[in-house]
Amino acid sequence: MTLRKTLRLVRIYTTLSFRSQLQYKTSFFLLTLGTLLATGLEFAAVYALFSRFGSLHGWKLPQTALLYGCISVSFAIAEAAARGFDTFSRQIKSGSFDRILLRPLPPAFQIACSEIQLMRFGRFLQGLAVLGWAEWKLHLSGTALMMPLWMVTGGIALFYGVFVLQATLVFYTIETPEIVNIFTYGGVETAQYPLSIYPFWLRSIFTFLIPLASVSLIPARALLGTGSASLLSQAAPAAGYLFLIASLHIWKIGIAHYTSTGS
Amino acid sequence: MSALIEVENLTKTYTISERREGTWGALQGLIQRQTRKAPALRGVSFSLQPGEMVGYIGPNGAGKSTTIKILSGILVPDSGTCQALGCTPWRDRRRYVQQIGVVFGQRTQLWWDLPVRESFSLLREIYQIDDHAFRSAMQELQSLLQLEALLNTPVRQLSLGQRMRCDLAASLLHSPKLLFLDEPTIGLDAVSKLVVREFIRTLNRQRGVTVILTTHDMDDIEALCSRVIVIAEGKILLDGPLQQLRSAAGTERRLLIEMEKPGETPADEEARLVSCEGNRICLAFDPERTPAAALIARIAKKYAFRDLLVQEPSIEEVIARLYGTYPE
Repeated sequence: MTLRKTLRLVRIYTTLSFRSQLQYKTSFFLLTLGTLLATGLEFAAVYALFSRFGSLHGWKLPQTALLYGCISVSFAIAEAAARGFDTFSRQIKSGSFDRILLRPLPPAFQIACSEIQLMRFGRFLQGLAVLGWAEWKLHLSGTALMMPLWMVTGGIALFYGVFVLQATLVFYTIETPEIVNIFTYGGVETAQYPLSIYPFWLRSIFTFLIPLASVSLIPARALLGTGSASLLSQAAPAAGYLFLIASLHIWKIGIAHYTSTGS
Repeated sequence: MSALIEVENLTKTYTISERREGTWGALQGLIQRQTRKAPALRGVSFSLQPGEMVGYIGPNGAGKSTTIKILSGILVPDSGTCQALGCTPWRDRRRYVQQIGVVFGQRTQLWWDLPVRESFSLLREIYQIDDHAFRSAMQELQSLLQLEALLNTPVRQLSLGQRMRCDLAASLLHSPKLLFLDEPTIGLDAVSKLVVREFIRTLNRQRGVTVILTTHDMDDIEALCSRVIVIAEGKILLDGPLQQLRSAAGTERRLLIEMEKPGETPADEEARLVSCEGNRICLAFDPERTPAAALIARIAKKYAFRDLLVQEPSIEEVIARLYGTYPE
């Protein structure tokens, strides 16, 4: 598939996905408002805690807000874009995955394009507001703004990879096991705060198994001057991309399993 | 002419994991899965020439959908070979599916919330159909399937018959040479069935599209297929002209009569009484020995009845008889 053709298809799929969701306009606005309020309250709680206790393991509110904002924005985008993978068990059960296999495009591409969920817009807006506030408070400007952006894109790739793995499990289990939520929603909740506050084992999971630290804590420290600013620390968000690539390879093993067992 | 599809000795066995009962059973299942082998295909072979239209029939669970899935590249068989349109479907899947069309009567391939037209234009992109080809395909399909009025309607608002017409068109936009139809008339009203059948016939006769049709509807087979392949328990039971199926299974038909008065039982030398419930009588007869019209005329002369109906044996019945297990 050429790049031009790919981009054209993405554009058309996205337009159609938006159009079919906007058939239910009221629902869209209410849900956006709802998530905006819910996640807004969540940050208000963080704010309250910090104004009472001052700092957390040496992390002040604006610094924590930087992590929080980056992770929220990443997750909101990944969740909206990976909706097809998130609801993959539905596609397996209804047989619509068979239809995907009947079309001359890579299955992962079709699933990725099948739904771009607008409902996640509320979380995105909230995350963006928190991130903007943090950048302003920390006086980040010029090239320093590149790092949060780099963290966000790495985070998107990482969370996307988690959704791909979650979908891959469905080839073996049909239902999405609830335990996966530990890594999606649990991952967001965890990485919105400095990972250094958690016990060693939890930190290890989110550093080595699912490299959340490399899209949040490590590059943030490098940026804020509170930790190693080596080239490796600055390049750390690339781990998110490597994670996504690995996930897509595992996904292919899942497809091979599906086509040989027929679930 | 060389074969369009050449299937040899396909086998497929599913492994089904069984759930044990109760909470304790579920916990046991986590540690040790209990599995059971379910053979779906046990050596299926056949070949199809270009332009053929074949009815692929058999009872539920006989292996029909497994065959269709393998032939369309969705499923990999345990053993056996298949060459179709110069490809091995499951190996050259993307190149192969570009040349085939598949319609599942039970589920739509159209985008539920979008007008039909939008689905079509997305398919056009997916299959990379060029402008000219797309326009001429649309024109032809529109007039054959009477789609004009439907194109701007969201799919979820279509009736089943309308949806099936659109689904057929959707599977044919890229002008496939080979078309799989999995129960295309299931649940349709009589008029829609006729439209669909007429369309399939035109497609096969005029465009030379090779068609493999699975169905439970004997009328579909009679209207469309000159050749039938009967599959049961994963094996091909019969492969030949429709006539062969009929004669292999016997030709008996049923005559259902609703009598004017209950308790009266019409008798005829050429017919056998199958059942009698109140004023509803069921007779069996062999149309080769006595035509339905003659039998009805004889009965009408002697008895008063309100209504009557001549019934073909269902596919299940025919196949079961073929098997020699039909309970009389």
